[in-house]
Amino acid sequence: MNFLDLAPLAVVLPIFGAGAAFLARRQVRMQRLITIGILTLTLVLEAGMLAAVWGGESYAIHIGGWDSPFGIALMVDGFSSFMLLVSTVVSLAVLLFATSQGLADGDEPGPVSIFHPAYLILLAGVSNAFLAADLFNLYVGFEILLTASYVLLTLGGTAERIRAGTTYVVVSVVSSVIFLMAIAMIYAATGTVNMADLAVKLPELGQGPQLILHVLLLIAFGIKAAVFPLSLWLPDSYPTAPAPVTAVFAGLLTKVGVYAIVRTETLLFPGGSVNAGLLVVSALTMVIGILGALAQTDFKRMLSFTLTSHIGYLIFGVAVGGPLAIAATIYYVGHHIIVQTSLFMVAGLIERRAGSSNVTRLGSLAKLSPALSLLFFIPAINLGGIPPFSGFLGKFGLLHAAAQHADPLTWVVIGAGLLTSLLTLLTIIRVWARVFWRRAADAEVPNQELVAEATQVADETLAGGAQNPRLGLKLAKQLEADSLPWGMRYATGSLVLAGIALTVFAGPIFEFCERVAAELIAREPYISSILPF
Amino acid sequence: MSVNITFLVVTGVLLAAGFYLVLERTLTRVLLGIMLLGNGINLLLLTSGGRKGAAPLFNPEVPADEYSDPLPQALILTAIVITFAVTAFLLAMIYRSWTLTSADELTDDTEDIKVSQKTAYDEEEDSPVAEDTTEFVDEEGRPVREGEE
Repeated sequence: MNFLDLAPLAVVLPIFGAGAAFLARRQVRMQRLITIGILTLTLVLEAGMLAAVWGGESYAIHIGGWDSPFGIALMVDGFSSFMLLVSTVVSLAVLLFATSQGLADGDEPGPVSIFHPAYLILLAGVSNAFLAADLFNLYVGFEILLTASYVLLTLGGTAERIRAGTTYVVVSVVSSVIFLMAIAMIYAATGTVNMADLAVKLPELGQGPQLILHVLLLIAFGIKAAVFPLSLWLPDSYPTAPAPVTAVFAGLLTKVGVYAIVRTETLLFPGGSVNAGLLVVSALTMVIGILGALAQTDFKRMLSFTLTSHIGYLIFGVAVGGPLAIAATIYYVGHHIIVQTSLFMVAGLIERRAGSSNVTRLGSLAKLSPALSLLFFIPAINLGGIPPFSGFLGKFGLLHAAAQHADPLTWVVIGAGLLTSLLTLLTIIRVWARVFWRRAADAEVPNQELVAEATQVADETLAGGAQNPRLGLKLAKQLEADSLPWGMRYATGSLVLAGIALTVFAGPIFEFCERVAAELIAREPYISSILPF
Repeated sequence: MSVNITFLVVTGVLLAAGFYLVLERTLTRVLLGIMLLGNGINLLLLTSGGRKGAAPLFNPEVPADEYSDPLPQALILTAIVITFAVTAFLLAMIYRSWTLTSADELTDDTEDIKVSQKTAYDEEEDSPVAEDTTEFVDEEGRPVREGEE
């Protein structure tokens, strides 16, 4: 009995938890306890799994004792367990954030109590997609997480959310249809859906059929990962959802698509036959996404655009190929999940503190909310790629790998990457200058409450004078504590810390990513651990 | 592998009609489109199993190559259940949308409209800087040094 045989629990635990949480829908406290308990348990399990494969092992689990390629297999290797652990860390932080928000608002039992079960189902789907070692199981994982996300996105059923939800549901269903189409054609061509088996059999097909299957899969995953031109649904649908939901979606859902793209490109179609196309697409994703972000006035929409824009870096890494680029991609996925989720949590905090996430209505927050400013500032400059943070390290790795054997097209994309980084910084600085730095009274549409509070704090500072200079700060902290429950601040803070940890322990983590990348490119460990011969 | 060409043609028609309907703004038509897409894909999966054959229940008297392929059928069953769930959810959502707006059409995003009507001029960044805000030059534009006043 190997410890890794427990890996299916990463899917099973959240599903049973969801059932229990649904049964306890009238007892809010019980429901919270179940959800947090289950997620903590999953987190411990996945930390153990990652530790077990840290050295570069891969381990296949054959469900029900059916040997591959006939039965369903799950794959625990460095890549899947890294993604599992990061996603669970993020979802636990968001869950604590949501719970604290719910505690502060006193949510009563009612239709809203569907949040916890749906959240756990979402996580089960994400875990299943990461662990799946056959294409159809991957499809099922996608469907589980998508169905849960439909529920979470339209929570409460307001007109705005229904409108946004419709776009989201229809686009997701179409992407699933394309994915299924690809699966049907792959099965017709090779007679298997097991990924290790496919890795052996797909190269035996002719160039034409290979290209069709390859592109079909990329389109299906590209919609999920929000790669331009398939990304326009994302900024339309994410921002209307409740803050915790947007945060967890931003972190996890698109990255499942990216994960699938990396697997497709390294395991199933390793030749790199569409790399030139991917390079162009990645440049467009980066630049158009960030230009969209610059045009927005709503902070959450702005973040949604930076989210799609930075997916471009990940596609860039995949398109460049090679051990260093893939390693940097994996590192950047981890960085991006954590940073983007923390920024969306901060957006939730800003909305709660100042009553709006629209930049034109905000101001004075640096004075009024010192802790919030810090929580925004660190992930923001991390996203902008300022050294020494993980965003810089990831981007540096990607560009360095690309520049090593670059043709003219790659140089253009490197330029696009640098431009995007700069424009991201500009977006972030504009938010900082408006939301935090300027006076609330100078806002285009001044928010009278904020203006009043700012005057109050300024008066207090003046009253304190030289003898008591911290009087104003004390009042600001008091005001902040009144509007933002400590649980929400600490949950966001812990995720910001996780982002810093990714920077501090960048050495060992990047080495691990390099081992994983070498394994992905070699393909051999994956194939031989699943197929019995 | 032998393929039933009728199935493929029907699949193509179903998918084409489905994608056409999905592009409509009316939500009920979108729903019909999604149902057509689901059926088309199921048919495609069925076709991917190859020729027809005996039911795939093990019988020692039937030689191995006379069974039909059971895997696509299992896939179709799963896909049917998923389409069913999504259809039910969409129906609920369409009903909710109809209750709220008494319309069956998808409207444009308000933020999108706002951004599309924005001009390139940004008051905060582009407005001319007032000249009399500096403390470092006097009225004639000479630099002010400490102790001169």
